[in-house]
Amino acid sequence: MTDAVNDTTPGERSRALLTFAVAAGRFLLMLAITLFGLLAVTFFIGRIVPVDPVLAVVGDRAPAHVYARVREEMGLDLPLWHQFAIYIGNVFRADFGNSILTSRPVVEDVVRYFPATLELATLGTLLGTIFGVPLGVAAAVKRGKFADHFVRVIGLVGYSAPIFWLGLLGLLVFYSKLGWVAGPGRLDVTYEYMLTPVTGMVLVDAALAGDWAVFRNAISHIALPSALLGYYSLAYISRMTRSFMLNELSQEYVTTARVKGLSETRIIWGHALRNAAVPLITVIALSYAHLLEGSVLTETVFAWPGLGRYITNSLQNADMNAVLGGTLVIGIVFVAVNTFSDLLYRLFDPRTR
Amino acid sequence: MKRVATLIAASAMFALTFAPAKAETPPDTLVMAWQFDDIITLDPAEVFEFSAAEMMGNTYERLIGYDLKDVSKLFGVVAESWEVSQDGKTITFKIRQGSKFASGNDLTAEDVVFSLQRAVKLDKSPAFILTQFGFTADNVEQKIVQTGDYEFTFEMDQAYAPTFVLYCLTSTVASVVDKKLVLENEANGDLGYEWLKRNYAGSGPFALRQWRPNEAVVLERNENYAGEKAPLARVIYQHVPESSTQRLMLERGDIDIARNLGPEEIAALKEAQGIKIETGDKGGIYYLGLNQKNETLAKPEVRQALKYLVDYQAIADTIMAGQVQVHQAFLPKGFLGAVNDTPFQLDPEKAKELLAKAGLPDGFSVTMDTRNTPDITGMGEAIQQTFAQAGVKLELIPGDGAQTLTKYRAREHDIYIGRWGPDYQDPNTNADAFAANPDNSDGASAKPLAWRNAWDIPELTKKTRAAVLEQDPEKRAAMYEEMQREVMETGPYVIMFQEIEVAAMRDNVSGFIIGPSFDANQFGLARKD
Repeated sequence: MTDAVNDTTPGERSRALLTFAVAAGRFLLMLAITLFGLLAVTFFIGRIVPVDPVLAVVGDRAPAHVYARVREEMGLDLPLWHQFAIYIGNVFRADFGNSILTSRPVVEDVVRYFPATLELATLGTLLGTIFGVPLGVAAAVKRGKFADHFVRVIGLVGYSAPIFWLGLLGLLVFYSKLGWVAGPGRLDVTYEYMLTPVTGMVLVDAALAGDWAVFRNAISHIALPSALLGYYSLAYISRMTRSFMLNELSQEYVTTARVKGLSETRIIWGHALRNAAVPLITVIALSYAHLLEGSVLTETVFAWPGLGRYITNSLQNADMNAVLGGTLVIGIVFVAVNTFSDLLYRLFDPRTR
Repeated sequence: MKRVATLIAASAMFALTFAPAKAETPPDTLVMAWQFDDIITLDPAEVFEFSAAEMMGNTYERLIGYDLKDVSKLFGVVAESWEVSQDGKTITFKIRQGSKFASGNDLTAEDVVFSLQRAVKLDKSPAFILTQFGFTADNVEQKIVQTGDYEFTFEMDQAYAPTFVLYCLTSTVASVVDKKLVLENEANGDLGYEWLKRNYAGSGPFALRQWRPNEAVVLERNENYAGEKAPLARVIYQHVPESSTQRLMLERGDIDIARNLGPEEIAALKEAQGIKIETGDKGGIYYLGLNQKNETLAKPEVRQALKYLVDYQAIADTIMAGQVQVHQAFLPKGFLGAVNDTPFQLDPEKAKELLAKAGLPDGFSVTMDTRNTPDITGMGEAIQQTFAQAGVKLELIPGDGAQTLTKYRAREHDIYIGRWGPDYQDPNTNADAFAANPDNSDGASAKPLAWRNAWDIPELTKKTRAAVLEQDPEKRAAMYEEMQREVMETGPYVIMFQEIEVAAMRDNVSGFIIGPSFDANQFGLARKD
């Protein structure tokens, strides 16, 4: 280790640092352009939709002078470019404005709603990956046989059944009839006020506080919606795994490995899957990012106070500060997840280093 | 196979480990599931939304209240008594002594005067309920004046009908706030507005402890409440947007009351064990607005014909079963002067005759902006079918609430299917919407329903204005009856239904009262046995 450090000269180190700085700068520039573009498009679309944002504040009955005053207070009497310039100026000062519908700063709302979505999406993706990858591998290995058809049917149902309907069905069976899981919401009313939020993720906060009764209750609440989202991503991940695995299993190195007498288990799991893992990372990352956008329908059925419902509700009422704030979070999430999957690429595929 | 068996066993173990205990809400806590994503503020000077109004009604007190079973009976709440001056322009109120706010501060005339002046000065959406008596931010300090620790005067610009004034003082905007507490939280001379939007300063049976938007609102018993103490320690509203989910939660016992159930869910729960259904007439009116800018709809015979092309009873019995009753006048049942006649029913032949008279024997084509909620869409589709029976081709244009309302307020619709709820319990609230249009020009400042449908009615507007000054209640009632019949016959509205509020609850809940308006839904004396 010591030798390795001594091997690099100061010149090499500064070159490496420079390369890193250039890469980091390029990344930050790309991030800034992406987010600016996202905000601009969302802002202008939001302003041309035929919904009057003043109505969300003053309601249908307000007298004309109240309506006019609020319209002016919201800056809607200014030209569009001016409104956008003011918004961007405020964003640079880390002021994302207040949400009309919650009367709170958008940042405060996002800090409250995003952890709920993050918790659900992470668990959903974990479940989808843990079950989806082995199912996909099994389908590829047993191509054309029962296991393959079985996985295809599971995938098809996951793709085609409306998640809203599956959610209600799940509630009816596992919550209402069998009583295996708790109902909608994140916690029972009894436990609702026993937890001091730290991360905003109930499972994490309960574990940090060592409050295992709350933890168990939270698991019982999140089990069904996360299983549902997990199933949804399982359908996608298993189909893609199957396809990547079929490609790998037809490669010459697999035949060579067989000729060498390696066990089938080692060939499938140790060689073929390892190579299939590279494109699979992108698939899982995309699926995760998609769930992090917030699954509006799942959040609606399970009364889950997440980001998806927040943005949708805000959009329907032209609460543009909230929509823009939420969009920015989604943009950052996409960039972060993509960057993370790029890093994983490097880990799994030496050629990309 | 072995692996599959192991997997199933592991899943079952997982389920059993985390399986919840039998669901039951705490005995001293009432848990309600309700859609309350409409709440934008908790300041009673600004609240104008259904759900927040109900919360205000149970956490703040007002000067005057009315009997929920007989709206015509008014009584003092914070006010002990009142006296109208000879000229009818000034009312002197005496305040009940011994009341305290939840904060422990005494409730005096100073608080009442501050609250009314504050609402006028802030001039938020519902402030017109007070400013219609001639108050402005500039004159209100001279017009609403404290004359003693427990007495103040309320001086108006005209001698309005006393009942009109008193009913307006029963509305949320006239709630009494704790002056000391509010001013302690004032910032930049905002009269505590930014603070009170998210906090509480009242004296009602419950105190508002927490509002987490789109999640929960928590009320706790106000131990300082001057009236009979609430038996329940806590009331929790849970935001559950999906009605099917509300039903499952009620059946499991995770909630005590489900507030947004549709006709199908209600029908399914009627026979369910341990659950009861309670209903109450609400003031909401469902109607079709016919834009008079559309030349065809502007023909009197066409307006009449369309009133014969709705199968009122069928819709009330099926699509909206249990949620509405047929009602064809602009004042809901229970209001002073309300007309309960229902002269129109589905009669395609009569409609065809009327259309022929209008020179449209083969019917015509028209559009209707329809909110994409199940109830409104269902009604729209039913109306589409019955309109077709006389050759009227109705195209439904779906949109979400804000979208269709924006179009309606811009008078860009042909027909709009709407719901209108009264702002206060006096008949003027709906007369002013349906039967007054002081300026029919596009740039008019007031946009009542008559304006939105471009119905130019100078004479009817005069009658509406005269009715608020009529001191004799019987004559006043007669004036409203006459106006309703005129609107029923000639107006550009097909008034169809009056709303019924339905709540399904566990059978151990009692004392939850569904009032005629949302701010009159009460649970101060509700209990769980």
